[in-house]
Amino acid sequence: MSEKVKIIIDGKEIETEKGQTILEVAMDNGIEIPALCHHPDLKVKASCRVCVVEIKGRKGLHASCSTKIEEGMEITTDSENVKRARKINLELIFAQHREECSDCVWNAKCQLLGLAKKNNVKITRFIDRKTDYPTYQFDDSVIFDSSKCIDCRNCVEVCKNQGVGFLEIKEKGSLFQIVPSEDPKKDCVYCGQCIMSCPAGAFEGVGEFEDIEKPLQDKDKHVVVQFAPAIRTSIGEEFGLPAGEVVTGQIVSALKKLGFDNVFDTSVAADFTTVEESKELVERIKEGGKLPLMTSCCPAWVKYVEFYYPEFIPNLTTVRSPQIILGGLIKTYWAQKENIDPKNIVVVSIMPCVAKKHEINRTELEINGLKPVDYVLTTRELARLLMKNKIDFASLEPEELDNVFGDPSGAGVIYGASGGVVESAFRTAYEKLTNERLEDVEFKQVRGMQGIKKAEVELAGKVRKIAVVNGLGNAKEILEEIKNNPNESYTCVEVMACLGGCIGGGGQPVPSNSSIKKKRAESLYNIDDKKEIRRAHENPSVEKVYKDFLNEDPSAHSILHTSYKKAEKGNNKKI
Amino acid sequence: MDMDIISKLKESGLTGRSGSGFPTGLKWEAVKGAVADKKYIVCNGSEGEPNISKDSFILENHSEEVVKGIKIALETIDNSSAYIYLKSDYYNKYKYKEVLEELIGDSPIAIFKKIGGYLAGEETCVCEVIEGKSPVPRIKPPYPSEAGLWGYPTLINNVETFYQVAQIAEDNYKGGRLYSIAGDVEKPGTYELLENMTIKQILQETGNLPDMNENDEKSFFIQAGGISGEILLPEELDQKLKGIGGIRVFNREKTDPMSLMKKWAEFFTAENCDKCTPCREGVYRINEMLKKGEIDKEKMDDFLFVLEQTSFCALGKGVAVPFRSLINKLLV
Repeated sequence: MSEKVKIIIDGKEIETEKGQTILEVAMDNGIEIPALCHHPDLKVKASCRVCVVEIKGRKGLHASCSTKIEEGMEITTDSENVKRARKINLELIFAQHREECSDCVWNAKCQLLGLAKKNNVKITRFIDRKTDYPTYQFDDSVIFDSSKCIDCRNCVEVCKNQGVGFLEIKEKGSLFQIVPSEDPKKDCVYCGQCIMSCPAGAFEGVGEFEDIEKPLQDKDKHVVVQFAPAIRTSIGEEFGLPAGEVVTGQIVSALKKLGFDNVFDTSVAADFTTVEESKELVERIKEGGKLPLMTSCCPAWVKYVEFYYPEFIPNLTTVRSPQIILGGLIKTYWAQKENIDPKNIVVVSIMPCVAKKHEINRTELEINGLKPVDYVLTTRELARLLMKNKIDFASLEPEELDNVFGDPSGAGVIYGASGGVVESAFRTAYEKLTNERLEDVEFKQVRGMQGIKKAEVELAGKVRKIAVVNGLGNAKEILEEIKNNPNESYTCVEVMACLGGCIGGGGQPVPSNSSIKKKRAESLYNIDDKKEIRRAHENPSVEKVYKDFLNEDPSAHSILHTSYKKAEKGNNKKI
Repeated sequence: MDMDIISKLKESGLTGRSGSGFPTGLKWEAVKGAVADKKYIVCNGSEGEPNISKDSFILENHSEEVVKGIKIALETIDNSSAYIYLKSDYYNKYKYKEVLEELIGDSPIAIFKKIGGYLAGEETCVCEVIEGKSPVPRIKPPYPSEAGLWGYPTLINNVETFYQVAQIAEDNYKGGRLYSIAGDVEKPGTYELLENMTIKQILQETGNLPDMNENDEKSFFIQAGGISGEILLPEELDQKLKGIGGIRVFNREKTDPMSLMKKWAEFFTAENCDKCTPCREGVYRINEMLKKGEIDKEKMDDFLFVLEQTSFCALGKGVAVPFRSLINKLLV
């Protein structure tokens, strides 16, 4: 039993557990304290000084996010002094934040503007001091506009937590700025977690909002779209639906309303990835190939390996990621079937991710000189496109997918959550290795929000170790562990760069935090649970494409597999 | 001896000489009483205040007592080891380091070269810097006495405090305190006088009190207690010194209050860590205002209000004191 304390907030007596901060207790009790730099998944920094409150008997005002409650504390959250201080601090924050509201990941949910309204803030009281601050572009994925930065340093923390440390604090003149590292040994891996942690919208994907209409402007082309597993339980948030609401059918009808000629589900392609990856795993096990086999569907993770740990490149599965496989199949198999010149097909992917914007530009992925995927839009960008076209997403009637590639198996859907790839591969590889039917397909040890999940399974008479990792900082830990104990290693390692997997990706709606991510993930597992077909290799459309095309066609290998090489530092520049 | 050093410290009434004035005996008791398998002691010789060189004076003349004070702390606090955290100028002064090293001998005391400026002397910044990080203050509590260096209970005292501890242990302490006197005075320098003297007595005793006859009672003003200290007029000097042991005297005719404030603003802009909004943005805006040479009273009042009320650490909170007192006393 933990100790209880009694405190008073704004005259309300509250008895609660010791060890909490004033802000936490206030939030639990429906008392609103504005907090800006506070992010529930990150360290308390107490730097914006907007959440200040008055504590009876104590001098000055105190940050409620960093002050722990004590017995008998009397707290006022809205005294004249508190209101005055909050207003001035917000005005000072606005004076360092260049407003460019039409182009912001926070869309209509900007916390800064919300606070300005509530606190009578005059947002133009001072002249913006950062107007000449640079905007940086990290290769083809992430843009950092430092003229919007409010110096909370959340991005520096997440970048460090990711084991990357590309964003640094540098003193320029007498002021500190956040800058990309000039160290040749540090580079952005495009996970986009900086975007998710920034309260001021200083980070965004490349082309975010400016270029979203481009793909549909090619009137002479056949424009098709695919959407990733993790979108279906997150995009609703942009339209006021609860986190985790399953909106697959609404996505299909929204995309059709936008004018896409065909709508496909990337989860189906995940089933192809699973089948191929399981084959590769079985082969490596049987033929003594390089183990552990590491997943490669997360492009931020691939860049991380190629740049920071190239010695692990042989461990990466050569199987292409789902969006690339589907793009390749669309421009070969489907184009033939529909009798369309692949040059006239534009493939757009809706992804929860900004690293996917980088992935599609990898030249080794080209098939007959064509990029498998032409454009990547993030979940946020699709939402913005729908808003721009006045499509009322929440009230749309669900529609069915185009049936060429059909419905995914449950395995294909859970790709969007950490552990999903390994669980899917296990469902297939188990049966291929043992020639037995897997009765219980649910592999619960690898589910959930924990950063590193380890499991042991018996496969064909041998106990095999599996690791499932989310968050690149955790990946670093596992890679070091493997390096130090090469003999006691894993058979299979799944890595997703973002905490929680793709449901927590850098292209997802903001705010995003562990409780929201949990709901997005749970809903993916619910979809799987209700599916009749839960094993990738039993998906009839997958079987059909193999039978009709992949098993015979000489281009099959190039559609399904790729290669990796040691990465140089990307093209990071001021724009 | 270690049986009663804490009682002796308490009885002596010694307070920390970094400027915060925390009772030394209580701090020692807290660290000694903290439950941990390892503890640290830091002798803070960061001396980042402009125009104050009392720690340098002590290192020059009383290194032996300083090291003795640290050794007493090592004996008093179980399983402890110590750092002497030195301003880089002092660290690089061969004489200081060599003398200290000889006095340290085999004791577990390491000399650490400070990185950073004024703020790097703040106690939680001291911990960050010794741990190899940037001088950015930590959230308090926990205080260093509970969780300081690498999370272990840490006793952080000023060079002068350790010097006085040695005197107290030997029963030689007479309530002494060091004062650096600077500015428009006859005899600038560092003096050892008594802790309970008034500012006027200190200036008088050292031959530094400007003439104060009726005609020119407004001939000078002082800033007492370092750069965050209050501006005091000649009639306000019958009080003890608050803050760090430094007094700066300004000839009123020769001093332009606006340029003085500009210097402060430049100093704080350069020396703060830019972590919290009021200090980063408020000090920046004050500096910009003074660059233009005009004070917008309403805005200035707002900046000083948030600095004092909402700053993260003592640096930001302290900025308001000199500005507000100067504006109220000299610009009316």
